[in-house]
Amino acid sequence: MTVAFLGHKMSRTRFRENIAGWLLASPWLIGFVLFTAGPMVVSLVLSLTKWEIITPPQFVGLDNYVKLAADPLVGQSLKVTTIYAAVSVPLYLVLGLFLALMLNQRVPGIAFWRTIYYIPSVISGVGVSILWMWVFNRDFGILNFILWKLFGIQGPGWLSTQEWALPSIIIMSLWSVGGSMVLNLAGLQGIPTELYEAARIDGANSFHQLRYITIPMLSPVLFFTLVMGIIGALQAFTPAYVMTSGGPNNATLFLMLYLYSNAFEWLKMGYASALAWLLFVYIMLMTLLVIRSSSAWVFYQGELKGR
Amino acid sequence: MRRDIAVEMPKTRSRTALKLKPRKLVAQALALTVLAVGAVIVMIPFAWMLSTSVKPAGQVFIFPPIWIPNPIRWSNYLEVLTLPDYPFPTFFLNTIIITTGCMVGQLFGASIVGYSFARLRWIGRDKVFLLVLATMMLPPQVTMIPQFILFYKIGWIDTFKPLIVPILFGGAPFCIFLMRQFFMTIPFELDDAARIDGCGVLGIYWHILMPLSRPALGTIAIFTTLWNWNDFFGPLIYLNSRNKFTLAVALALLRYSPYGATRWHLLMAATVMVVAPIIILFFVAQRYFIQGIVFTGVKG
Repeated sequence: MTVAFLGHKMSRTRFRENIAGWLLASPWLIGFVLFTAGPMVVSLVLSLTKWEIITPPQFVGLDNYVKLAADPLVGQSLKVTTIYAAVSVPLYLVLGLFLALMLNQRVPGIAFWRTIYYIPSVISGVGVSILWMWVFNRDFGILNFILWKLFGIQGPGWLSTQEWALPSIIIMSLWSVGGSMVLNLAGLQGIPTELYEAARIDGANSFHQLRYITIPMLSPVLFFTLVMGIIGALQAFTPAYVMTSGGPNNATLFLMLYLYSNAFEWLKMGYASALAWLLFVYIMLMTLLVIRSSSAWVFYQGELKGR
Repeated sequence: MRRDIAVEMPKTRSRTALKLKPRKLVAQALALTVLAVGAVIVMIPFAWMLSTSVKPAGQVFIFPPIWIPNPIRWSNYLEVLTLPDYPFPTFFLNTIIITTGCMVGQLFGASIVGYSFARLRWIGRDKVFLLVLATMMLPPQVTMIPQFILFYKIGWIDTFKPLIVPILFGGAPFCIFLMRQFFMTIPFELDDAARIDGCGVLGIYWHILMPLSRPALGTIAIFTTLWNWNDFFGPLIYLNSRNKFTLAVALALLRYSPYGATRWHLLMAATVMVVAPIIILFFVAQRYFIQGIVFTGVKG
């Protein structure tokens, strides 16, 4: 017996499997419309209005985007966010790779070291920010004490000065370098030893091996960490909100923080929606840029077999 | 370099270690030194937090700082738990409710949807799955404001619903992806055998696939718990009244003191109590953590 379904003729069993398939996938489909696709459309429309929740929305065309371009705080927050991503993500990658290379030197107690370095990544969030506020404390924090004790340096007011606030947040972000380390280590352990043996026979030194075997073989992992790191860094919010409230003098005004203030403190929903789209487009552009560049430097083993 | 030596086979390692050339030994010692110095740096903030959390108020603002206070004041923890107008046990309970709700919802949502993508053949399946993958790349900012307005209009602000309900619809696309990938590795013959024995579509899901998917389910459970325990933005915008706060929001609130200066000894005691459950979870379920990270990174 056959049944017609969505323009296809099929047996009864296949028809029932189709129905079951759609039914079981339907929670996601409904959720997608309700919480992703629908809100995206609404957000686009909202960005063309002036709306402060209490009064009815008012259509203003591209006004919000024009204001956005002229808003010096938008420029400042773009600058802060970009510097943060451009400095913290590469450092995160390089430091993680370096630690993984160290761990991979047949050191004893590999699980012990991995655990120690990974713990900070587990507790990301407000706890970390609070803890580091106390570490960074100018007069009684441990960081300035160590600087003074070891090097005789009078440390700066880390979070309270315009020039050190953003670097402080970057330093703090490197505390969770264990995440990158564990990924790189897993990648390193997947590289076949024969490659190194062959290279050594050909007279390659350690640097050559790193440059021509390790890095290319590890490039998919580095690529993944880079993409995820950039996406994460451009959305950074908690450290700025908790530690500095965007100050001093907007030195840590991350885009996400400015968006939050507009939407949920000043209730400028229209303007905040336009900001959200700016952030969205910026993240997409950066991600695409990295993906585009990847064909030049990311090496997948599978490609070689295909040829 | 030699992964078998590094991880799985300690016996082989000790045998090889004897045969190491002196240059290798130097490299190893150097690596060990670097790792040890790094580990000390990584651990200092933790030690600083623990030390401050048991200081009497008078020993917090002292320079140079004291590492081991005298007397050790454990009652700081009790003080945090009983602060006036700051119901810490309630924050704890709220966080547990939200985290558990999200975890259970995520496990069911992701596994059912993943099951449909992995084991059932239906028209349009692969296109819909591509859409799931596409949403993985989507940062949440553009949907955040309309979602907030939606929940505001239906009166869900200041309840846990906006934080839990969306997850029941399959939740994080990454988890759907992970479940689908895992289900794909289970032999299809099992489904056929179960079908012959009279198992329906849901029977196969529940009796055959779920029991075999413990590693994937464990990874999802751990990561969902972690995300929601640490989540700050969601609770910050959706919860207004103090007795609804989660630990993350409450902890941020404790920065402010009614008397002016931040009470660091109490703040650190509170921070210890917020992060300790997660660190304990990490030690108990470390296998799932590492598995999950490797899965996300290498397969992703």
